[in-house]
Amino acid sequence: MKKLAAAAAAALCLAAPPAPAQDSPATPETGDQVSTFTLDNGLEVVVVEDHRAPVVVHMVWYKAGSADETAGHSGVAHFLEHLLFKGTKTLEPGEFSRVVAENGGTDNAFTSYDQTAYYQRVAADRLGLMMEMEADRMVNLDLSEEDILTERDVIIEERNMRTENDPSALMREQMGAAQYLNHRYGVPIIGWRHEMETLGLEDANAFYHRNYAPNNAIVIVAGDVTPDEVRQLAEEHYGPLAANPEVGAPRERPQEPPQSAERRLVFKDARVAQPYVMRTYLAPERDPGAQREAAALVLLDKILGGGQTSVLNRKLQFETRKALYTGTFYDASSYDDTTFGLVVVPAKGMSLEDAEAALDGALAEFLDEGVDPAQLERIKFRLRAERIYQRDDVGSLARRYGNALTTGLTIEDVRAWPEVLQSITADEIVEAARKVFDRKQSVTGYLMPVDGPAPAGEISQ
Amino acid sequence: MKPLLAFVFSLFLATPVLAEIDIQQVETPLGFKAWLVEEPSIPFTSLQIRFRGGTSLDAPGKRGATNLMVGLLEEGAGELDARGFAEAREQLAASFDYDASADAVSVSARFLSENRDAAVELLRESLVNPRFDQDAIDRVREQVLSGIRSDAMDPDAIASATFDAMVFGDHPYGSDPQGTEQSVTALDRDDMIAAHDATMTRDRVYIAAAGDITPEELSALIDRLLGDLPETGPALPPDVAAETTAGTTVVPFDTPQSVAVFGHEGLAIDDPDFFAAYVMNTILGGGSFESRLMNEVREKRGLTYGVYSYLAGMDHAELLMGRVASANDRIAEAISVIRDEWAKMASEGVTEQELEQTKTYLTGAYPLRFDGNGTIARILVGMQMDGLPADYIASRNDRIEAVTQDDVKRVAARVLRPDALRFVVVGQPEGLEEPQVQ
Repeated sequence: MKKLAAAAAAALCLAAPPAPAQDSPATPETGDQVSTFTLDNGLEVVVVEDHRAPVVVHMVWYKAGSADETAGHSGVAHFLEHLLFKGTKTLEPGEFSRVVAENGGTDNAFTSYDQTAYYQRVAADRLGLMMEMEADRMVNLDLSEEDILTERDVIIEERNMRTENDPSALMREQMGAAQYLNHRYGVPIIGWRHEMETLGLEDANAFYHRNYAPNNAIVIVAGDVTPDEVRQLAEEHYGPLAANPEVGAPRERPQEPPQSAERRLVFKDARVAQPYVMRTYLAPERDPGAQREAAALVLLDKILGGGQTSVLNRKLQFETRKALYTGTFYDASSYDDTTFGLVVVPAKGMSLEDAEAALDGALAEFLDEGVDPAQLERIKFRLRAERIYQRDDVGSLARRYGNALTTGLTIEDVRAWPEVLQSITADEIVEAARKVFDRKQSVTGYLMPVDGPAPAGEISQ
Repeated sequence: MKPLLAFVFSLFLATPVLAEIDIQQVETPLGFKAWLVEEPSIPFTSLQIRFRGGTSLDAPGKRGATNLMVGLLEEGAGELDARGFAEAREQLAASFDYDASADAVSVSARFLSENRDAAVELLRESLVNPRFDQDAIDRVREQVLSGIRSDAMDPDAIASATFDAMVFGDHPYGSDPQGTEQSVTALDRDDMIAAHDATMTRDRVYIAAAGDITPEELSALIDRLLGDLPETGPALPPDVAAETTAGTTVVPFDTPQSVAVFGHEGLAIDDPDFFAAYVMNTILGGGSFESRLMNEVREKRGLTYGVYSYLAGMDHAELLMGRVASANDRIAEAISVIRDEWAKMASEGVTEQELEQTKTYLTGAYPLRFDGNGTIARILVGMQMDGLPADYIASRNDRIEAVTQDDVKRVAARVLRPDALRFVVVGQPEGLEEPQVQ
């Protein structure tokens, strides 16, 4: 029974596909599937081979996301993502997707804090065509005022759907803003509504020219192709694009000051049917050549919140029965400091204060008791098995490379990651937990219904 | 940059790749039938099992029994309690997922070749010997109740539930398969056993597998897995006509964006006009950026993030459904545009160019679906549920190609019924013509 998981999980990515999990990318088994090269103009290319079906996924990832926006223009990275489906100097608005569809393909894109990515899924023999079109819109975007106004309405409706209509999303937005005192991770990917309403052609073009160039992009091709074919097509289509020296400098973002005060907030909304408490802690992410602490936190996430056998589930759902649902979340692939999150949905008769106290009690017990070696061994075995299952879905492997390479990691880091995970000790996990669970760097949120009458919908049902 | 005219030529020259799927039909000593695609290159197997019936087989007064029962299958079986079962499954790095829908109980499994026998034994325990321990019932029941309460505050869930109740009334399709707070609270262990015996029976099972397993191995596996299930269950519910009238029902709900579901009767997958209707709907609202609804409602007017329509074929009813969401002050315009497009398609059909583009898309995209063991097993079990033969895959694109512009026009006039197109809007919509407030 895991229906509640989706409800409580934090959506980190504005995307058709769910945000990829962060465990175990390259592996001994998959390592020989993956090859990489770099064009003279700085474009990195990753090829993931899978010859079982005549399909490729072609993705272009830009090392630019919402956290690379300038203050006052929140949402422009995502707005630009939408606008890339409008015209270029040679493509009419909408023509990109139409050509993909006419070739039997599907296409879409997504924006996150650290990256923006575009992708198509097509028959392998159409790869050159996809590259031709992606190379075109990498440098030749040609927007009109009219495109801007209509599409701005679309992203505001998207915000309505994802955020305004969902009290959980509204609370997560407030918690994010409280978590980051200075960093742009505190601003929602989709943007603050009042700033979205003012986004214009100049904002979109400025973000485009500042970030879109071959030397700030990664092309990933996964499927029924060989590295030689991809290299030839990439040279042909992306090769002629000039590197842009203005783009691709190390990303300099406002960094967090020391966080010295715990933050607490209560979000009340008449639409809340199921109250819960959520806590996030500022947490380290995977860094190039230094992934051990993040790996320990990946394992901690699974130990504390990874389903029926997890520590929180056992202590709070089975033993004390104070929780209806417990969960944790941690996204290790991030350019700057990320968060480690915990959520507890109280059982019937329990208040949010009870649930929070139970959570803190369980965490304290865990730090005393340490890691159950049998549980850690099961988790590591599952991570090894994941490498086998993963070969059935080259798209997910492609996304892992894309995520890593757009958050400052290297191919070597991706290849090393599975072994790093396997080598983490129980002591390292507890140490990482002690360090991360620092209340001064935390935000605790209560999601609650407002007092008073329920909204009309409930009555008429 | 080369002129993009080159693309146009590639359209006419390119022939879609063929889906090369070698389906082996397996019949086991106990008489189970299964479809298999052998793919030994990765050492695991994906297994998909469906029991026809699902939540529609809930006994009178026991609404929600099947849903709760399925939620309990992984909460203890044989010698193992809930956590013991979960630990054993983790130890094997297998994944088992259990789900209940209106027409089926679904079991999706994935297991490594290196410990396949042990994984199958464990899965078997959950299917044949679920414990339904009282503490597990109590725990999962609370989760279900929480879900029911959350749905009552979720505009999408409210819209669908209202539409279903209006169209299907007392038929099982007309009520929430999770049950009500009252019905779920009253369920006990005997109800779980009864729901298990009613919905997971040998005579209504469909099986597909893809991966590292031979037909002989699969045959033995299936007999071991399912051989001890009850032979048969209660009668399936009757077919039901989806009767709607034109108009807009409003469920007032205080939220910034109105959510609308809309639709009327559809047509069955075995209807001779199905492919023409499928092509027609793809052009009307088939979910891609190219559909008329996306073009008119989103691209031209910016009224929504997404709008789509789909042929919803269920075992006992057929619908043509759609969904859109727009801010409260814009939903009326979105609905008006959708109604206009519905009527326009019904009277005029599609252009030759739209038809050709859509055929190229559909025939090109079809073989791309078969791209992994997990997806292939899911497609194969769905085909069996739909009554399609194994050689359907080879002929499917020809059926799409055979659809003519006249076919689409005739079928659009038959299937699309502006005089029956009912919208259910949840929100605080403004400016609707003659809304019926619920």
